[in-house]
Amino acid sequence: MATVNDPREDPRLARLLEAIQSGLPLTPRPYAALGERVGLSEGEVVDTVSRWVREGLIKRLGVVVRHRPLGYRANAMVVWDVPDDRVGDIGRRMSAHEFVTLCYRRPRRGEDWPYNLFCMIHGRDRHSVNAQIELLAEACGLTDTPRAVLFSNRCFKQRGARYLAEVPTGDTRSGRMSPA
Amino acid sequence: MTETERAVINRLQGGFPVCERPFLEAGEKLGLSEDELIGVIRGLLDQGLLSRFGPLYHAERLGGALSLAAMKVPEAEFDAIAERVNAFPEVAHNYARDHALNMWFVLATETPERRRAVLREIEAATGLTVYDMPKITEYFVGLHFAV
Repeated sequence: MATVNDPREDPRLARLLEAIQSGLPLTPRPYAALGERVGLSEGEVVDTVSRWVREGLIKRLGVVVRHRPLGYRANAMVVWDVPDDRVGDIGRRMSAHEFVTLCYRRPRRGEDWPYNLFCMIHGRDRHSVNAQIELLAEACGLTDTPRAVLFSNRCFKQRGARYLAEVPTGDTRSGRMSPA
Repeated sequence: MTETERAVINRLQGGFPVCERPFLEAGEKLGLSEDELIGVIRGLLDQGLLSRFGPLYHAERLGGALSLAAMKVPEAEFDAIAERVNAFPEVAHNYARDHALNMWFVLATETPERRRAVLREIEAATGLTVYDMPKITEYFVGLHFAV
């Protein structure tokens, strides 16, 4: 058991991954409850989940918040056209700001889309997000860099991503959501 | 929101223990009993403040593929197109944004091949060009919502 790491190679691990996707059971011994569902002992579940956390397959384990009801109502995708040879430096500097919630380099897409650096800012309102964007531009030396700010005005669909093929568990599938 | 709920949200966005009695262990640091912590989390879920209590996976490490994609959708057809796009189970989020590229969605697929296939299927279903923008590099941020 301890040597099997890949959920794709062990159906019990695939079932475990599937079973915790929708959430940990809210009981004093959640890992024992999960083990019962998928045919593993409590110890095996604890070992496996610990390894997944340690190795980064699980990025975080805990509360996954819905940002809108918590008062984060303004969500801006800010995109920049920065020189390719500086994008790494700038991206790292940008991501050090606490209000930046995601930061990625992505490909440009022709004249329609010249931007190669994307960051997300979640804030309480547009006014404060705009102020944060100005601050970010100053701090990263990007005040004269072409950029666009795309606020979201409607969210049509929000659910957690599902990564694994359906595996037979008899488990119910509740809605899975993740912060956008 | 109570002070206790606030503390649980601020301090448990990660780092939940993996051991026999994790609520007991996490509760001690928050000054809550095992039952109290379970009750607070259940209450936050019931109020819709949490989408779940559990893991955030690293999609690529699971062999999956994530991509951000955008389309230019004529305003009059927006809702109809959104419905067609959202009908794909691989579409995880879909947002309307203020730009000529006005529909932005995240695709989560089990494999990179499947991602390309779904993008083609979405183009066929909508008659619109999909601008696919998979990430090249992710710069680490500590995604944390303080309340």
